[in-house]
Amino acid sequence: MRHSKRIAVGPVQFRIGSDWPEPIAALEQLYAGYPQDEARPADATVCLFAARSWRRWVRASVHSGGDFVVPAALPLPLSMGLLAAEMGMNLQVALGWRRHMLLHASAVARDGRALIMSGESGSGKSTLAALLGEGEWRLMGDEFTLIDPVSGDALAFPRAVSLKNEAIAAVAAQVDAARLGPLMAGTPKGDIRHLIPRAAAIAAMHEPARPALLLFPRFGGAAAIEPMGEGEAFVRLTEASTNYVALGEAGFGALTRLVRETPAFGISYPDSATGIALVEQLWAETK
Amino acid sequence: MPDLVYRAAPPGALRVEPLGELTAIFDRRSMQTHLVVSPMPEILAAMGAADCDTATLAARLAESFDFDGADDVQSILAERLSELAAMGLVARA
Amino acid sequence: MGRNKVSAVRIFVDLLAGRREASALAPRDWDGVIGVARSEAMLATLAHRLEGADLPPSVAALFADQRAAAAVAQQQALWEAEMARRALAPQGIEFVLLKGTAYAAAGMACAAGRQIGDLDILVLASDIRRAENALLNAGWEWVKSDPYDDFYYREHMHELPPLIHKSRDRMIDVHHAILPRTHRITPDALALVSDAVASADGFAVLNPADMACHCAAHMLADGDLQGGLRNLWDFHLMTRDFAATDPRFWEQLDRRARLHGLQDAVQRAARLSRDLYGAVVAAGWNGQEASDRWFRQRLFARDDWGRVTRPLLEQAFYIRSHWLRMPPMMLAQHLWTKWRKR
Repeated sequence: MRHSKRIAVGPVQFRIGSDWPEPIAALEQLYAGYPQDEARPADATVCLFAARSWRRWVRASVHSGGDFVVPAALPLPLSMGLLAAEMGMNLQVALGWRRHMLLHASAVARDGRALIMSGESGSGKSTLAALLGEGEWRLMGDEFTLIDPVSGDALAFPRAVSLKNEAIAAVAAQVDAARLGPLMAGTPKGDIRHLIPRAAAIAAMHEPARPALLLFPRFGGAAAIEPMGEGEAFVRLTEASTNYVALGEAGFGALTRLVRETPAFGISYPDSATGIALVEQLWAETK
Repeated sequence: MPDLVYRAAPPGALRVEPLGELTAIFDRRSMQTHLVVSPMPEILAAMGAADCDTATLAARLAESFDFDGADDVQSILAERLSELAAMGLVARA
Repeated sequence: MGRNKVSAVRIFVDLLAGRREASALAPRDWDGVIGVARSEAMLATLAHRLEGADLPPSVAALFADQRAAAAVAQQQALWEAEMARRALAPQGIEFVLLKGTAYAAAGMACAAGRQIGDLDILVLASDIRRAENALLNAGWEWVKSDPYDDFYYREHMHELPPLIHKSRDRMIDVHHAILPRTHRITPDALALVSDAVASADGFAVLNPADMACHCAAHMLADGDLQGGLRNLWDFHLMTRDFAATDPRFWEQLDRRARLHGLQDAVQRAARLSRDLYGAVVAAGWNGQEASDRWFRQRLFARDDWGRVTRPLLEQAFYIRSHWLRMPPMMLAQHLWTKWRKR
């Protein structure tokens, strides 16, 4: 393809190709601080391409493809090329990665121990992780957390954080503007703006962390903490995993071990400050 | 319903992990995970290696469970066995 | 990209054929090879082919992941065959496994790392209604489809409309012939079933010559050559191994191909497996055919990002595959109906 960029996020080496220079330039800004290993072959390929070659010039509309393609995926306008790249990277990892059990969950770590938060979009797991990552925690990832079936450790996937809607202002108030990507307004997922993780989180992206606390956050309603049994946590995490079935017994072993060794809670919270307070309270209690 | 005869999975085919009130069963033949509650794990444990009908199964389970003289034990067991068969955990002999 | 650079798809084919050493690849070459292999659904096949080869560490790790995942996926595919047996055997319905599941059940070399999609089985046409009922009773359901597609399948195709299992979410294709009824060629389905052989774990699979006929038919007479490199790899490995154990295999293959009306497809498959994978074919199979060139171009039509190039050629093969399946008037009607739905 005419334009391309290599990005390493956690254990995955991506190769991203594009028919246009703009999405690649935007990726270069977001991922400038990530480690580069030009000699390393790519595990996953993402292609951002025009549906018809002439469309590249008339009204650019970006299709996202690569190793795996979702037939119904909608093309996006070129101004949202970064979102197309992000969706493409997510898809290739969600469907193609087999070395670790992939949880659709955010994670932060402190003292080598990981807090894993799993929930639907809208649960606030990404925002909580982003905010915690600006404090005393190391951000491991806002979207995916990897579990090593052999060691049981959590591994980071610290891609650029995808802030949505209200979370944009909440986080922007706390960080240097140089760490924010361009604002993409009115995407199919609402307003989106990327946050570059802190340099220390990127530098530590290969350091595993021991799972210490599993949270299933729910945004809205009064503050509440509800302990969750091993069985329910198991069921929820199979649903939150994109490759549990494909891993066979390795996935089964990893997941039974995770829910047995890690205390799990459902939490409800009306605002981010309360959510963070609940997280810190539970973290203090699990020590 | 006729008293059908079922066969348990061969030894080593199932990995059974209790998780609180649920029991997770991994079937190495199908690579599937089944989440079941009592009395499914007990039925599977009582099936043994040879072919087994509900009367035999009821007698074995009666050694460790108190059925209180209930007369529908066998029909309940037959229903559970057909559910286990649909999951592939047991097969019609 | 220089004119002299060998394309990733050709490097990929060379690696499978053993014409090129993995250790001779530059690190950047692997990007394209891995991308093409994924696009052809053959990454685990390549991982098996290059097991033990001198590979960059990250490629070796990726290949190990792929081999492990393929082993899980094959076990899952074989379980579908077992569940079909549990549904059909009590009704006395015999069935023959086809394609990937058959190769795995028979422990064939081409099964190593091979991706298996749906479960494909062949039953006698006289058993098809009973098979349908038995599967519906055992938890399979119709995949929701529109009335035209359903009508089309039942009237013209060689299989039931696809069924999906409600709890396992896996599809089964129940065939009563290996090519559509409307196809210009109609292989002898009765002979396929009655001459089937038993695999090690008791499943029926096609006999060696019929299996190679079906593989060639599936690739050349039925499909639009999608997945062609994989089907050709299957054909190459199975004919190589069948011929190694039975010196009369190529004769048998010729005889069965004539019986089924598939000589052209089988001979072309043999020539293409020779041209791409370096297969050694028997005397009498070693000819040249000018039109093979178009097939080779179609098989090699991928860029270094794994994308299909030459879309016109791809579309020509799509129309060709429909031409083969249907008489011209019906084809026009079908493409019209399909087109209107876009």
